[in-house]
Amino acid sequence: MFSFHGITSSVQTWLNNTFNPTITVMIESVIVILLAIALFAALGLVLVIMERRVAAFMQIRLGPNRVGPWGLLQSTADTLKLIMKEGLTPDGADKFLFNLAPFIVMIVAMLILAPIGFAKDFQIWDINIGVLYLSAISSISVIGILMAGWASNNKYSLMGAMRSGAQIVSYELSAGLSVLSIVVLTGSLKLSDIVASQENGWWIFKGHIPAIIAFVIFIIAATAETNRAPFDLAEAESELTAGFHTEYSGMKFALFFLAEYINIFIVCAIGATLFFGGWMPFHVGSWEGFNHIMDYIPSSVWFFGKTFFLIFVIMWFRWTFPRLRIDQLLNLEWKYLLPISMFNLLLMTIIAIMGWHF
Amino acid sequence: MMTNEELKNKISEMLPSATYEEGGEWLNIFIAPEELLSFAERLRYTKGLDFDSLFCLTCVDWKTNFTMVYHLTSTIHFHNIVVKVKLDHNNPAIETVCNIWRTAEFLEREVYDLFGVQFLNHPDLRRLLLTDDWVGYPLRKDYDDPINMIKL
Amino acid sequence: MVEELGITAEGDQVINIGPQHPATHGVLNLVVTLNGETIKKVEPHLGFIHRSIEKMCESLSYRQFIYVTSRMDYLSSHINNHACALCVEKGLQIEVPQRGQVIRVLMDELTRIASHLLWWGAQAMDLGAFTPYFYAFRERETITTIMEETCGARLTMNYMVPGGVMVDLHPSFQQKVKEFITLIKSKIDEYDELVTGNIIFQNRMKGVGYLTAADAVSYGCTGPTARGSGVHCDVRKIYPYEVYGKLHFDEVLETEGDSFARYLVRMKEIKQSISIIDQLIDNIPDGDFQAKTKAVLKLPKGEFYQRVETARGELGVYIVSEGGTTPYRIKFRSPGFSNLSALDHMAKGGKLGDLVATMGTLDLVIPDIDR
Repeated sequence: MFSFHGITSSVQTWLNNTFNPTITVMIESVIVILLAIALFAALGLVLVIMERRVAAFMQIRLGPNRVGPWGLLQSTADTLKLIMKEGLTPDGADKFLFNLAPFIVMIVAMLILAPIGFAKDFQIWDINIGVLYLSAISSISVIGILMAGWASNNKYSLMGAMRSGAQIVSYELSAGLSVLSIVVLTGSLKLSDIVASQENGWWIFKGHIPAIIAFVIFIIAATAETNRAPFDLAEAESELTAGFHTEYSGMKFALFFLAEYINIFIVCAIGATLFFGGWMPFHVGSWEGFNHIMDYIPSSVWFFGKTFFLIFVIMWFRWTFPRLRIDQLLNLEWKYLLPISMFNLLLMTIIAIMGWHF
Repeated sequence: MMTNEELKNKISEMLPSATYEEGGEWLNIFIAPEELLSFAERLRYTKGLDFDSLFCLTCVDWKTNFTMVYHLTSTIHFHNIVVKVKLDHNNPAIETVCNIWRTAEFLEREVYDLFGVQFLNHPDLRRLLLTDDWVGYPLRKDYDDPINMIKL
Repeated sequence: MVEELGITAEGDQVINIGPQHPATHGVLNLVVTLNGETIKKVEPHLGFIHRSIEKMCESLSYRQFIYVTSRMDYLSSHINNHACALCVEKGLQIEVPQRGQVIRVLMDELTRIASHLLWWGAQAMDLGAFTPYFYAFRERETITTIMEETCGARLTMNYMVPGGVMVDLHPSFQQKVKEFITLIKSKIDEYDELVTGNIIFQNRMKGVGYLTAADAVSYGCTGPTARGSGVHCDVRKIYPYEVYGKLHFDEVLETEGDSFARYLVRMKEIKQSISIIDQLIDNIPDGDFQAKTKAVLKLPKGEFYQRVETARGELGVYIVSEGGTTPYRIKFRSPGFSNLSALDHMAKGGKLGDLVATMGTLDLVIPDIDR
């Protein structure tokens, strides 16, 4: 059976035998960084083409189909175009912050990648406060967006940034609370523990109705946190032209664009890890034979399958729903989602204490 | 709904100095410029007339004078009249009616823009369609633009 | 300057929406004064596509000037042509043959459906839902194909001439229209499912952009904009022209006066138009489609005013004739112009997102406003 674990451990053994431990760690870091960047590039290209094909599918049209086989190279061509474009900086902009903002957004997206388990025993950094780390780091991206909006010296950008600030800070709460309800069940913040605890079934099935409620709230909050329609108020094409990245062009725009898709991937990966067992195959309690058959599907396929399913759902939202208004957006969070998720957390705690879950 | 004849009788009572033009589909009333505001108010608020909608406001350049044309209708009784006011060609000026029919604010700006008619007491009399630095008033008959105008 | 823009408090800002902006559907510039997200003043700046059609018409003959008017409200060009043709016929006292009248009404109603469909898609897109736009275009495409077969054009038809219509119907017209009617009837339910019933959409539209009936009348609003406020103003009902007087259809009235009411009016108007087409499509009388007219038309001295109901409201054509071959003065009373003047009143106090929703329901076509 194919497994990433074999590759990683053999690489590490070979490095340990060849170099001393310090150099081994350094070389491993470089490899990880290169892999992360490669994953980013690949994800960006794949997700953009996926978004366009999904949109086309929903909108009864064909979508990109000229560049490369089935149009698969379209986003590569777009990237090349963006690299060659001139990166304009407006006259009245705060140049330092203006140029810094896309990188901050990008770096934040990269940092969240660390504790995510892509396959069985294939994880960059299995930190014991993984969930806390995720919610802490993901809040930083709002700084990048605010920075971009402020530094652009453009009223559309500023309004987009302010909307985005209000939105991300609000929705962080219910995202955090719905994540907590899984933490309550597992009793651990470590992502590998959370995955391991789902060996006899995913939490969305084991956790009764509160887990489903938590999942629904999580997917809503995740959509809002990534500034995707119907919560794309920060960009709000028909109101603010392009919101916080109105003034960006060329590669700096591409970084924002890429970060958006990476963020979608990450929130979906988190959702898949917490509610759908991450790389854990579909197991049902004590059906040994069934579980064994499921184990034959590689763990990476399970992980990416679940993640891409969630990504598809989020794209489905985008191409179906109209956008909310800013006050409705905040009403939804503070008046509905937050109380519901608080109550849900309480319910989940009772279930966990009484041991009512499977 | 009042017929043209009934409207004519009613308006003759209200404003004896008004003159009429025959032959049109609707009753055409000519009044003097200084009577316009009070007459318009009475047309709008008199019970039975209730001309609450100014559906067309325009101007015609007759070379010797400008004629302001107000098409009025009532959304209650569905009768129509046309009020016309002759203005001096050299210095066209008339009271605004935008306090009575609010649609007049934009329509009068358009007439000012294209004919150069001054509307007294208009809240915001600026060019509407043309640029602020445009010279002349294009819909006047003596306006000439040898480059851009189509002549057949 | 500061006072003129409506800036009264600290923190107020002015943004330019347009002339190039996704929500203005054309080259309209709105100077919007905002306090945070709340709108304090909206001031439209017009004229980016002003071609002075009225002046142009003064040098064109009564046959020629109709073609220019297709370029005003390009989404209901049939109805523009219709208004002009009717006005000239009124002056010449021409009676259009029955067949011509029925063809005209059929074309008008098809245009109305096409225009409302496009508006529906654009409205959803203004609120951030992209997909309905493509669905609307799919059905609109069928209409434009039907038009193309008969008129030879898809957007600026120039099909109606004084005395009737230019050419007879295409042989497959009846069958194609019937097919389209069956299609659209099923699609309207799909539209309602996708957009009308959507809770986000309803929240965005309800209670937004209020316009009372008295204000609607005072601002000269007509068409669905006024009917959403409960003003009885359908020209087809009040001053019937052509065969409208003999047809059975309802004037759609909603009384709420908000954006959702205006939305509902348009959606229900599509159904009314379908019913009008249903009544006529099997009863197109035989005979001439065009009355005999002279080669050179000369209107008698006098003034002629004709109004028709376009998809946006009441279009008026005011011709002042001196007895010559060209009009002395032409005025087009465009529905969009008056509807736009109410925008400031409607949007004030709302959020920036509401402005987009409100502006969408006015269904502005900028060349119609600027002329």
